[in-house]
Amino acid sequence: MSTAAEASVSREHGLELLRAMLRIRSFEDRCYRLYGEMKIRGFLHLYNGEEAVAAGAMQVLEPADAIVSTYREHGHAIARGISMNKVMAELYGKQTGCSRGRGGSMHLFDASKRFYGGNAIVAGGLPVAVGLALAEKLQHRRAVAACFFGEGAVAEGEFHESLNLASLWRLPVLFLCENNLYAMGTALDRAQAETDITTKARAYRMEATAVDGMDVFAVEAAVRGAVEKIRNGGGPALLEMRTYRFRAHSMFDPQLYRDKAEIEAWQKKGPIITLTSRLKSLGLMTEEDYQRLEREARAEVDAAVEFAESSPWEPTSDLERFVYAESVA
Amino acid sequence: MQNLSPDPAVRITYRDAVREALRDALRGNPLVFLMGEDVGCYGGSYAVSKGLLEEFGPERIRDTPLSESAFVGAGIGAALGGLRPIVEVMTVNFSLLALDQIMNNAATLSHMSGGQLSVPVVIRLATGAGRQLGAQHSHSLEGWYAHIPGLRIAVPATIDDARLMLAAALASPDPVLLFEHLYLYNMEGELTPGLASVDLDHAAIRRPGTDVTLVSYGWSLYKALTAAEALSKEGIEAEVLDLRILRPLDEATIIASVRKTRRAVIVDEGWRSGSLAAEVTTRIVEQAFYELDAPVARVCTAEVPVPYAKHLEDAALPSPARIVAAVHSLIGAGRSD
Ligand SMILES: Cc1ncc(C[n+]2csc(CCOP(=O)(O)OP(=O)(O)O)c2C)c(N)n1
Repeated sequence: MSTAAEASVSREHGLELLRAMLRIRSFEDRCYRLYGEMKIRGFLHLYNGEEAVAAGAMQVLEPADAIVSTYREHGHAIARGISMNKVMAELYGKQTGCSRGRGGSMHLFDASKRFYGGNAIVAGGLPVAVGLALAEKLQHRRAVAACFFGEGAVAEGEFHESLNLASLWRLPVLFLCENNLYAMGTALDRAQAETDITTKARAYRMEATAVDGMDVFAVEAAVRGAVEKIRNGGGPALLEMRTYRFRAHSMFDPQLYRDKAEIEAWQKKGPIITLTSRLKSLGLMTEEDYQRLEREARAEVDAAVEFAESSPWEPTSDLERFVYAESVA
Repeated sequence: MQNLSPDPAVRITYRDAVREALRDALRGNPLVFLMGEDVGCYGGSYAVSKGLLEEFGPERIRDTPLSESAFVGAGIGAALGGLRPIVEVMTVNFSLLALDQIMNNAATLSHMSGGQLSVPVVIRLATGAGRQLGAQHSHSLEGWYAHIPGLRIAVPATIDDARLMLAAALASPDPVLLFEHLYLYNMEGELTPGLASVDLDHAAIRRPGTDVTLVSYGWSLYKALTAAEALSKEGIEAEVLDLRILRPLDEATIIASVRKTRRAVIVDEGWRSGSLAAEVTTRIVEQAFYELDAPVARVCTAEVPVPYAKHLEDAALPSPARIVAAVHSLIGAGRSD
């Protein structure tokens, strides 16, 4: 964190960002356990370690902005303001879930929050974000389409086609690459001839910056700067958030491709630990504050689990609903 | 394939059977190599290729970037260039990103070049639903691929086929797509002692019967067999047919069975409209219409993107109960008792 950023940090803001990350962390830790209890099924991709990206970016993005995400999107959804109840109920496959139990962990949606999912095809969200941005531009609105994706997606044609199109048409897209160094078991340098993702973006003539994705203030500042330019007609931008996932790729990953020491080293740089110690050393937060935030986050997750447990199932007779548009009351 | 163990009690999982097949192929021919996402370091997303990197090295067990179109296309090119690539596309869902290469190159080059070229590439894909993976990870598109002239579509459902179909596919001068249902990887079974090879031409009768033919493939085979057991208790003997190869279809075996039983139910995890089940039904109607005692019935996946919640997914997919109900409707239509 730069000294300039530190100087301007208020207690309130610091605690707000910490709270946002703790909510995600508690949620994910609970999901991990619920998977073991077979309450959550299917594929489950946890966000532990990457919380600063969602928390920092959502601080800046406005309700009118459109969000597109991946299968590792619980953090984005929660930070966006989709209630934990709805997200947890979706993971349970309940009617009260944000996708009425049809999507599950990889397919969270909330149209009212302009949260366009949960896409489980790597790079599948990027072209959609380009289109959402086109809709903004052609309707003379000022919203931005923010698209989260992993660095693995950068190898796909859809990444390159999307960046080119967005740049060619000067569309208001913010590409948010969460570079956690591994695409499943494939390390970045084993998959990319050019490992600097910003270089690729610049090749499409868009501004691109690498950001310490473990530093929530740095994320927030970078997103603020990029969004401001985009909103003012500057065309698309890419931010490469350098981060790390603490847990396995999904629940079926024996992690043969990395060693414990590497994970431990990154955990020491984790976004929650580092923010906590910074706020404390700046005298902006006490251990009591931290404990309170953690307690509150856990209580919110407990309530979400209770909500999901007690929610009804979608009736099987409704299986074939929503294949085509119907007006949802 | 000669070194296949003659031990009558070899129990093996479907996953291990595929791995052994890969190992044989790699050992037997230096032109064979495997490439795909996470086939090496990660050990394969369904652990099929676990250990192969250590045994054969990174030249022959090639991890690829997330670039389905490029590496499937590269497999096609490598086949043109004289190699015998086995390309693993993690699941059929992601093969959509490589569909252009598969359809416009692999399937067409032989014919379009007037027979000058052939594309001996083998593409392995996990397929199917049943694991609560949601719509984008639960497609069964093998019937769709079976629409395409120039491709051979093989679906190993048994341990023997999991173990031996790959060799047959590699021996073929044509592009072969091998669909492995993700539900079958953990299935255990015994290899038939002494069986050294299988063909890519014939359907197989997995259970003989006299009253109705259940036509199935892949995971659906086991649903059909379960249904047949239940029907047998009521005195209805179902013949269960495993298509094995969806293209070219072994019409003769299908028609011979239906001529005998005079009734047919097609079980297909694809959606009903425009499905492989529709194709099989049509062939039966075209060739055995006057020998049928009842209309042909189909048990397919409900026409929805497969939902996540278990009760909804279960309701969407073919099940033994739905197969039994379909048979009841036919027997009711054909019998007076
Ligand atoms: C087109 C496509 N190919 C393969 C997969 C299987 N898959 C799911 S996630 C993943 C790794 C993606 O890594 P990355 O983009 O870096 O995101 P991360 O999981 O690290 O957040 C792979 C290979 C997929 N979902 N879609």
